[in-house]
Amino acid sequence: MIIRDMLRAYAPPPMRRLAEGDMRALLPPPGLLRRLPPPPLLPLQPPLHRIVTDIARKHPRLFARLGDNAGRRFLVDVEELPFVLLLQPRPAAPTFRAYHRHRVPAHDVRIAGTFEALFRLLDSEADSDALFFSRDIVVEGDTEAIVALRNAIDDLEGPLTEDVAAAFGPLAGILRRLLAALRVIFEETPS
Amino acid sequence: MSANAGFRPELVCPAGTPAGLRAAVDAGADAVYCGYVGPTNARNFPGLNFTREEMAEAIQYAHARGAKVLVTINSFPAAGRFEEWRKAVDDAVAAGADALILCDIGVLEYAAGEHPGQRLHLSVQAGASSPEAIRWHVREFGIKRVVLPRILTVAEIRRVQEQVPCEIEAFVFGNIGMMAEGRCALSNYATGCSTNMDGVCSPADQVSYEKDEAGNLNSRLGGFTIDRYGPDERAGYPTICKGRYDTPVGRCKYVFEEPRSLNLVPLLPDLVAAGVTALKIEGRQRSKAYVRAVVSAFRQALDALAAGGTPDIAALSALAEGQRTTTGAFGSKAWR
Repeated sequence: MIIRDMLRAYAPPPMRRLAEGDMRALLPPPGLLRRLPPPPLLPLQPPLHRIVTDIARKHPRLFARLGDNAGRRFLVDVEELPFVLLLQPRPAAPTFRAYHRHRVPAHDVRIAGTFEALFRLLDSEADSDALFFSRDIVVEGDTEAIVALRNAIDDLEGPLTEDVAAAFGPLAGILRRLLAALRVIFEETPS
Repeated sequence: MSANAGFRPELVCPAGTPAGLRAAVDAGADAVYCGYVGPTNARNFPGLNFTREEMAEAIQYAHARGAKVLVTINSFPAAGRFEEWRKAVDDAVAAGADALILCDIGVLEYAAGEHPGQRLHLSVQAGASSPEAIRWHVREFGIKRVVLPRILTVAEIRRVQEQVPCEIEAFVFGNIGMMAEGRCALSNYATGCSTNMDGVCSPADQVSYEKDEAGNLNSRLGGFTIDRYGPDERAGYPTICKGRYDTPVGRCKYVFEEPRSLNLVPLLPDLVAAGVTALKIEGRQRSKAYVRAVVSAFRQALDALAAGGTPDIAALSALAEGQRTTTGAFGSKAWR
C-alpha cells in the first residue's frame, strides 16, 4: 500500500496509472504502435491459418450462410495494429493471413475499426448496425459480402474469440488470458 | 398504481437467425417472428433467415420454453412464382408454427383453404389501417390478429380496435420509414428491385459506402449518392427514404425522414389502454446482440408496467438508427 501511494505521488504518469490498475499504461502513446517498424509477419501466419481452419471445421453451417460470398476477400483493418489481416473463407481451403500496411493486398471488402469494437463484434457483444451508426466501424466494398459474413458470424453460438483460443489446444488457456489482457489494454484507448 | 396494472401484452420479437431466435426466447420474448430464406419474407438479406430444418428446430426450441413462433411469409408473389409461397405456407404449418404472418390475398386464400385450423395474422405489409379493410380480412380469411401500419396515432388505434373483431399488434421499437407499408415503391426507382415482391428495400449488392480523405462517409444505393455523413456525424441505413437531397425546399435536406428509430416506451401505457394485445419489436436484420438488449429491456419495461410501475429504458437509444429515436406517427401526425 505504501509503495502504491509513493508511486501515485512521485512516479511518472504512466507508472502512476499502472499502479492504479490501468493496463492501458503499458501501451505506447496513441498511434505510435501503428508507426513502429513493421514486425516480422512470418511467425503470425501459421497460427492465423490454424484459427481459420479450426473454425471452418467446427462451424460448417457458417459457409452455407455465406453462400457465393465465401470466395470474397475480406480485409480486416484493426486500427491499432501495424499490420492488416486478409480473410478468404472458402469452405474447402479458407485462408487468413497478415500483411504489412504498406503492402495492402487486393480485397473485395474492408472492415475497419478499433480492436475493442471489432472484438465486441466477433463475440456478438455489440450490434454491428449500432457500431456502424456510431461510426466505430467502417465498411467499404462489396456490401452484400459483408452483410452475409456478419449474419453468418452472428448465427454462431458462443463467443468466436473462444473458438480462436480453443484452436490452440493445450495453449488455449494462455491465449484466453492474452486476449483478455489485450482487450483491457485496448479498451477505450485512442488509436 | 397505473391503469395498466395486471395486464400483460404479448411481446413479439424479431429473429434473423436461429441464434437470434434463441437469444430472443432466452431474453423473455413471448413470441418470435422469423422467415424462410428467399423472397417469401420481407427481410430477404444475404446470410439471413431460416432453412426449413432450422425453422423446425427453432420452433421446438421456442415451444420447449413456452414461447411461440410466428412465421413471416409477408411479401407479394410475382406472377408465375406463387408455388414458392404455397410451399412456404405448407412447410411452416408442418413445422408447427403458432401463426403465419401473411399479406397477399392469394397466399391468405391458400392458407385459409388448405390449413383451416392454422392461426393467421395479417402482416403490416397488407397495409390494412381501416376497420373496413381489417374486417374484410377477418371475414374472408379468418385472421385472428392484424399488425397495424406505423401511420396511426394511438387515438386512431383505439378507434380501430373498438371496431374490429380481432387482436391488434403494434410496432413499438425499431426501424421506421415515412411510408404506407406494402405500398412503398420508392427504392424501386433506384434499384430496379421490388421492395414488396423481392423482400428487400435496399438490396445489399446495390449498397456501397466510401470514406473520402476528409473523413466523410458517402452512402450510395444503385449508384446514387443518397447521403454523405460528416466525420463526426451519426450514420443511418442506406434507404432512399432516409437520404438527404437538394430540393426546392432546401439543399441537402432530409425530405422524407431522418435516420432515427421508433421508440414507443413513453406511449406503452397508452397503447395498452388502447387495446393493443401484442407489442412488436422490429429488426430481423439486426444482430443477436441487438435482439438480446432490446428484448430484455422491453421485458423489464412490460413487467414494470404490469406491476403498476413506470418503464424506463432510455439506454436503448444507443441501438437506434442515427442513435436517435422518435414516437413517429403514434405520437402525432405532425411527425414529419
